[in-house]
Amino acid sequence: MTVIATESLSKRFPRVTALDRLSVDVGPGVTGLVGANGAGKSTLIKILLGLSPATEGRAEVLGLDVATKGGAIRERVGYMPEHDCLPPDVSATEFVVHMARMSGLPPAAARERTADTLRHVGLYEERYRPIGGYSTGMKQRVKLAQALVHDPQLVFLDEPTNGLDPVGRDEMLALIRRIHTDFGISVLVTSHLLGELERTCDHVVVVDGGKLLRSSSTTDFTQTTTTLAIEVTDTDEHPDGTRAVREALHARGVTVEAGSGLPGAGHILLLTAQGEETYDVVRDVVADLGLGLVRMEQRRHHISEVFKDDQETEEQQRKEAVGHGS
Amino acid sequence: MAAEHPVATPAGDQTRIHNIGYRAYDGPRLGRSYATRSLYSQSLRGAYGLGRSVKSKVLPMLLFVVMCVPALIMVAVAVATKANDLPVDYTRYAIIMQSVICLYVASQAPQSVSRDLRFKTVPLYFSRPIETADYVRAKYAALASAMFILTAAPLLVLYVGALLAKLDFTDQTKGFAQGLVSVALLSLLFAGIGLVIAAVTPRRGFGIAAVIAVFTISYGAVTTLQAIADAQGSTSAIPWMGLFSPVTLIDGVQTAFLGATPSLPGGHGPSNGQGVVYVLVVLGLIAASYGLMMRRYKKVGL
Repeated sequence: MTVIATESLSKRFPRVTALDRLSVDVGPGVTGLVGANGAGKSTLIKILLGLSPATEGRAEVLGLDVATKGGAIRERVGYMPEHDCLPPDVSATEFVVHMARMSGLPPAAARERTADTLRHVGLYEERYRPIGGYSTGMKQRVKLAQALVHDPQLVFLDEPTNGLDPVGRDEMLALIRRIHTDFGISVLVTSHLLGELERTCDHVVVVDGGKLLRSSSTTDFTQTTTTLAIEVTDTDEHPDGTRAVREALHARGVTVEAGSGLPGAGHILLLTAQGEETYDVVRDVVADLGLGLVRMEQRRHHISEVFKDDQETEEQQRKEAVGHGS
Repeated sequence: MAAEHPVATPAGDQTRIHNIGYRAYDGPRLGRSYATRSLYSQSLRGAYGLGRSVKSKVLPMLLFVVMCVPALIMVAVAVATKANDLPVDYTRYAIIMQSVICLYVASQAPQSVSRDLRFKTVPLYFSRPIETADYVRAKYAALASAMFILTAAPLLVLYVGALLAKLDFTDQTKGFAQGLVSVALLSLLFAGIGLVIAAVTPRRGFGIAAVIAVFTISYGAVTTLQAIADAQGSTSAIPWMGLFSPVTLIDGVQTAFLGATPSLPGGHGPSNGQGVVYVLVVLGLIAASYGLMMRRYKKVGL
């Protein structure tokens, strides 16, 4: 089943080409739409909502053509914009009830669904207070609630984690995950942060300059190889335990790189697990050296690493090697 | 509601939904015209501050009272003195109270549209089943209705009072009907002009000032020029000048067709021929207001 399908979809403005022959199929589940600012994410959402005609090509949402069935699509789809969209002088309850009615829900159902939805996004007593006094996190929840209140089959979330602190960001991502697992609603979520989406999404679509760069499931992105991160203690015999392990592993033919991007860089080694036996090799090496193994964990590749130009990666490795040699 | 009455399926009890979990909605979805009506009623209520903070109820309610009080006094006087006629014609009332009406449209037109622009709620509306035209129609109809309530309520007070004072029924009914037609036109015209001006700016303060300026400056300029023309004896130009201000436009239409006495200096009302021009200009302005708002909201979009 396909939730969103586009076929050489293009959108040209007098000066810029926002979308360039984009063909992509999106199935049910949580799908991340990644791209830098101005990559055409918002333009795509606008077209998919049937609000802006495409210059070329065609697109379908829930099996409905966006060019002719815009109204029917918008009845079944929710939209959470990136920017602020809440009037400060009304309460969350009043606002969401109004938006529910704007989606076609009868008054009684609108009130009932509003109470339910606000509870699900985590707004309780404060929902009767004017929105003006809410924190950014609470406002984001109201924005999400208005997109979900009419129980759509699909929601478009445009940069839902924008402006949130790390805790709020994690909560929002968990909530987005629940929209699919608990509520059974498919999600298209945009972000310019890849790392954020890999934790949440089943599938990631990457666009750049209006073109499709890659579309595949998150497991494809991150599980082609397993990376192990290991950290060891130092002993009197081996004052630099990390180095000793690296050399010993090298001797056994296992390539190791320093986990430079991680906290505690310099003490963490990253290596590619070829199979079960790599774990045994590491265990034996560490035991032979008489060091303590602080951690050995599977680390998924960050999507960003997958997309890094190969050359760039090589260059970085060379630089790191030089740095460590000195 | 749906959860309490799970749909019985042949398979048995498989469809039970936990009360605390997420409940899907499988009730009716009433679609575009219902959504438009919901927006209309929300905007109409909002024009009197209903469903909004206490602070925003003060001004519209106060203006409504100010509109009605003189009518009540006139009725009281007419009943007490057993007069043969009301002190003021039905058609004349709105012209006398024009500054109150102007204040109302200046305060409520920006409230209705500038807020949606300023807080960027407009994109949310357009992500629903409604179209641009539905939004514009709902907002226009809501403000015009609110203004009709404001201007027709005192006429109703006068009419009921006149009947209580046992004035001539046919006379009063005819006058009342003419008054209603006149204020209906006035409501459409004023609401249109007010909304077009307010829809240009997301700043409510600018909107209020601009609406007041357009109504008072045009009225002041037109009546001053008419007075000068009257003093210099070029009376034929006077009715044409009335085309350039909303208040004098309505005054001209009702003078020509609704049996009102002209408020123009020297009593120079437009003739029937000129009256046709007045009506055409009023209808043209109403249509232009609608067209301009459509153009404006085509651009706002998402």
